[in-house]
Amino acid sequence: MLGPGIAAYLVLSVVLFATGALGVLVRRSPLIVLLALEIMLNAGNLALIAFSRQLGDGDGQIFALTVMVVAAAEAVVGLGLIVAVSRKRVDLDVDRLTALRG
Amino acid sequence: MILAEIDAGNVLAWVVWVVAALALLSSGLAVVLFANPFYSALALIANLASLAVLYLLLNAEFVAAAQVLVYAGAVVVMFLFVIAYLGGRADAPWAGGPTLQAVAAVVATGAIAVEVVVVIALKAGDRLSDTAALDDSFGSPAEIGTLFLSDHLLAFEVTSIVLLVAAIGGVILGSALPREHRAEGGRD
Repeated sequence: MLGPGIAAYLVLSVVLFATGALGVLVRRSPLIVLLALEIMLNAGNLALIAFSRQLGDGDGQIFALTVMVVAAAEAVVGLGLIVAVSRKRVDLDVDRLTALRG
Repeated sequence: MILAEIDAGNVLAWVVWVVAALALLSSGLAVVLFANPFYSALALIANLASLAVLYLLLNAEFVAAAQVLVYAGAVVVMFLFVIAYLGGRADAPWAGGPTLQAVAAVVATGAIAVEVVVVIALKAGDRLSDTAALDDSFGSPAEIGTLFLSDHLLAFEVTSIVLLVAAIGGVILGSALPREHRAEGGRD
């Protein structure tokens, strides 16, 4: 295998996951929270594909593709919720959005 | 002669890896730290592109292409539309000094990162170095398609239902009228 081994990819994936988790915990705009969630999902994908390469088995790539589909679906629903909340003229701040009652 | 060529390829792969890894981490931090959500979404494109480079280094050509198409082409464009629709108000994460919540979040995520790295190093240190030999078709669209339509057929079909439900949910959430409009229009 050319380049660094799997361990380097795994460490990279963990650091990227921590970056995304930091964004989810710190930011208050729900848009940025969704963007940080995408980063966390992608960090998981990187680990899946690294293990897929190490084992020489395509199943990890199938799993990563499925995660991408779920991430796209999650982005659609999340953005729809954000637009619906903003139509209520509620402040877009995840610390203040405590009830989703219609 | 052959050995020299292999070494040159290896050095090149290392250089590409280091550049992609630095771009990945810095653009990830940029997504989290930019005050303007518009810049955050643009930084996410850089993040996804450098991730695609890493996928290519891991012989996952199809996933790299799908990553660029699905994420940079569709998901980020959707984010940009919503940010433009909402006006992209800036939200300065570090305004007014670090809050207790922010400090706790930094400590918690740092602890997660260190913990997992330590566990990887302790439990799997030397076993991670032996990688399987690959044939040329690994990661090609043909092999992904074969896997999807044989071993993972159920996941493939469930995926279509997930996408359908998400599309219907997006339409319903996007078309819901505010309460005052509904009251004017006469709710039944």
